[in-house]
Amino acid sequence: MSKMHLKLTVNGQAEELRVEPRELLIHVLREKLNITGPHIGCETSHCGACTVEMNGKSVKSCTVFAAQADGAEVTTIEGLSPLGEMNVLQNAFREHHGLQCGFCTPGMITRAHRLLQENPTPTAEEVRFGMAGNLCRCTGYQNIVKAILAAASEMNAAKEAAE
Amino acid sequence: MIPSAFEYHRPADVKSAVGILQAQGDEARVLAGGHSLIPMMKLRMAAVTHLVDLQDIAELKAVSIAEGKVTIGAMVTQHMLIDNARLAASVPLLREAALQIADPQVRYCGTIGGNIANGDPANDMPGLMQCLDATLGLAGPNGTRNVKARDFYEGAYVTACEDDELVVSVTFDVPKGGHAYEKQKRKIGDYATAACAALIEMDGGTCRSASIAMTNLSDTPIWSRSAGAALTGTRCDTEDIASAVTAALANINPTEDNRGPVAFKMHVAGIVIKRAITRAIASA
Ligand SMILES: Cc1cc2nc3c(=O)[nH]c(=O)nc-3n(C[C@H](O)[C@H](O)[C@H](O)COP(=O)(O)OP(=O)(O)OC[C@H]3O[C@@H](n4cnc5c(N)ncnc54)[C@H](O)[C@@H]3O)c2cc1C
Ligand code: FES
Ligand code: FES
Repeated sequence: MSKMHLKLTVNGQAEELRVEPRELLIHVLREKLNITGPHIGCETSHCGACTVEMNGKSVKSCTVFAAQADGAEVTTIEGLSPLGEMNVLQNAFREHHGLQCGFCTPGMITRAHRLLQENPTPTAEEVRFGMAGNLCRCTGYQNIVKAILAAASEMNAAKEAAE
Repeated sequence: MIPSAFEYHRPADVKSAVGILQAQGDEARVLAGGHSLIPMMKLRMAAVTHLVDLQDIAELKAVSIAEGKVTIGAMVTQHMLIDNARLAASVPLLREAALQIADPQVRYCGTIGGNIANGDPANDMPGLMQCLDATLGLAGPNGTRNVKARDFYEGAYVTACEDDELVVSVTFDVPKGGHAYEKQKRKIGDYATAACAALIEMDGGTCRSASIAMTNLSDTPIWSRSAGAALTGTRCDTEDIASAVTAALANINPTEDNRGPVAFKMHVAGIVIKRAITRAIASA
């Protein structure tokens, strides 16, 4: 089967490469583009460790063919802190012990980022519902929810201060 | 977890998509959100040599609500169903059910057409479409034909959709009366152990019409005509609801799997059916 010419934007940078259509987006990101923030936990669409943003939606990149991403805008955890500094969500996760081993964290934060774009003032219940596609084997979730709520307040305070 | 190789197609309209399906026969499969098909391909349980991605077909992403009729394009995602305020106001049942499917990431990708066409008895949309008495539009080489959702399912993964056809839309009347979708699952994001959709219209304390459909309790979704008949014309008191539940249970045939043995599923079914009917009456 023929390879295809894939064009996509990853973290603001235009990329062009040749792939087989059956390659999964997570493999292209990690193995071809050396973007190793998104992790492979289950590879069966369940854990959310591979979550990236594609055209403004959180997707599990183990369940997207590279071919489907042709022409897409993709953002990974690397793209959320382009200057190499920790962003508000990352700091909140550190502050509130929202991680232990850290394996789920890139997916968690990438998903939480989109959740807060869509709902900047979520309740704890809404955070839990909105994070249902991301599994963590370590923390028991309590502190992940706390971290996301704290990041939301901080982002809203910053927005108000700017207005 | 890598699927076998395939040619990738991304047609821009329905006609070209049908053309590819027609040329490639049963070697070709349509790709919508991919959240049922890609896992199957990764497990090599689905062999596909030509994959026809529908993502660029704009006409499949439209939603219209006019003159009491709702039409939804096959590529409308579960996320779009939840997010569409007009749809939520006209058909709250759809939003209620869509929120109980999978998790946010899956709902951004998974489409109403894919959920309906997949044919997995665990999918939630098929029972819902039977409850709403929806009509499916199927496009093929000879144009578009309509099939009732209640006639569409023949067995697990076997539907009335031919190899050279694709589901383009669903249409149904804006439902009247009360509604509920009750789903029992092992954990958030899981498929149903048992689920039930109910639409009930009351008129001065008497039931004018009732539509009851069930998910994952047989090898197809089940719309129970007799459960609806058991309620219609009654005051929907405790005994009437009990007869409807008995009638619905007589129509299903669950099998044992990792969600439990048959007796457990019948027990859970009885509870979700009763809850769905009771809640639909309360909101009628
Ligand atoms: C972790 C997880 C949890 C899930 N939980 C649930 C759940 O609780 N309830 C539920 O209902 N679903 C659940 N799903 C399935 C999900 O909703 C799927 O997205 C949906 O079943 C299929 O829609 P799709 O658009 O992804 O279709 P695809 O996976 O792209 O296609 C599915 C099948 O339908 C065919 N097809 C697709 N579109 C059309 C069309 N327009 N015409 C003809 N054939 C077509 C394809 O060829 C394929 O055979 C879950 C999935 C995952 C990964
Ligand atoms: S690796 Fe993609 S969901 Fe687990
Ligand atoms: S911190 Fe270890 S899996 Fe979440």
